[in-house]
Amino acid sequence: MFDGREPIYRQIADQIRQDVVEGTLQEEEQVMSTTQYATTFRINPATAAKAFAELIAEGVLYQRRGLGTFVATGARRMLLADRRERYFTEVLQPALEEAARLDIPLESVSSYVERAFALVQQPPATEASGRAATDGSDDA
Amino acid sequence: MTGPEVVIQDVSVAFGRTEALRGVNARVAPGAITGLIGRNGAGKSTLLASLAAFRKPNAGRITLDGQDPYENAGLMAATCLIRESGDFADLNTGQALALVTSVRSTFSRPYAEELLERFRVPRRRRIDKLSRGQRSAFGAAIGLASRAPLTLFDEVYLGMDAPTRYAFYDELLADYAAHPRTIVISSHLIEEVERMFEYVLVLDEGRVLLNEPADTLRQRGVRVIGDERAVEEFVSGHTVISRQRLGRTVAATLFADMGSDLGADAGRRAAAKGLELEHVSIQDLFVHLTSGQAADPPARAAEAPSKEPA
Repeated sequence: MFDGREPIYRQIADQIRQDVVEGTLQEEEQVMSTTQYATTFRINPATAAKAFAELIAEGVLYQRRGLGTFVATGARRMLLADRRERYFTEVLQPALEEAARLDIPLESVSSYVERAFALVQQPPATEASGRAATDGSDDA
Repeated sequence: MTGPEVVIQDVSVAFGRTEALRGVNARVAPGAITGLIGRNGAGKSTLLASLAAFRKPNAGRITLDGQDPYENAGLMAATCLIRESGDFADLNTGQALALVTSVRSTFSRPYAEELLERFRVPRRRRIDKLSRGQRSAFGAAIGLASRAPLTLFDEVYLGMDAPTRYAFYDELLADYAAHPRTIVISSHLIEEVERMFEYVLVLDEGRVLLNEPADTLRQRGVRVIGDERAVEEFVSGHTVISRQRLGRTVAATLFADMGSDLGADAGRRAAAKGLELEHVSIQDLFVHLTSGQAADPPARAAEAPSKEPA
């Protein structure tokens, strides 16, 4: 864990965002302290603190004096909105650029998209099904 | 932030004709954990011994909170240097604990006892009769339990077995979080410990090669792999610290920040040319920078750690 190119604090922040989006971390749930982070992953406590500071500034986490750090209400919705926005520029745009480089016509791309999109709309029954039922905003 | 302001100005130390430190300028970030990295003979131990005032520099000046630590008992009480060799050879563990308890006001004997238990150091045995790993573990326990505002570990975990090393890392982080202080850990083996560092100071042949936040350094190593001509075009204008060739394929390691030096679109530009970009670990970067074969060594870099915006 934490061995990529990104600074470790950013990897921690991304991991927490991911946990909130996936529901592993629920809103109003307490997150580990920076000390617990540091000893669990053998990283500098200041690094964990930096990740927390970033998430607090974003409104994903908040601190309760003397109690610890918690996931803010509305954090999941906010993170999903942000990701949906970035999906087009970060995921779809490069894919379309590659299609243009390879001279793949729009019709081929869009007919593939329509078929493939229908397939991925049916998530594997084991995992996300329970959650999708409780929160319809998932697949907007 | 606790821990003294450590300033090293133009410090040179020579042993006879051997120059161990040659005009070192550096600041040690107060209240942070700094990794002091360098090859054997780079001057790490000499620098730490100078910080602990075990030795007076031949030239230059070291100050802790503006004062010279040399023969300054008050300041020395706030500094703890743990050396691999250990400094208690003819005492047994109990006598050594009693000695440290009597001279160090910040020393926690209960914590030391707990650490010796955890590191499985046999009790009531002479320090010089312990195995190398046990002696290191004993030193580590003393160093942690001393809770000195300036704590210096010189290659302390060498010789410890893996479970003891990991126990040491965990204790170091937990106790540092509870009692923040300035900690400097020297080593040439950094893979296991680099994530614990907030700052990294690299010494090479008695000089400061780098002194910067670990996160900054972590982003500096980029390896570009692909067809020779495309690689050379991509890396032109950047600092290449190593080149490996396999036929027409070249892997060039750059000392360049992925974002600010190569530009935010670096990944895309590389992909468009069929090049692969790889992350280079601090350990690899260190090996390339200090191998003496750097294709194009970086300029001696900033000597004061620049505080990143939090």
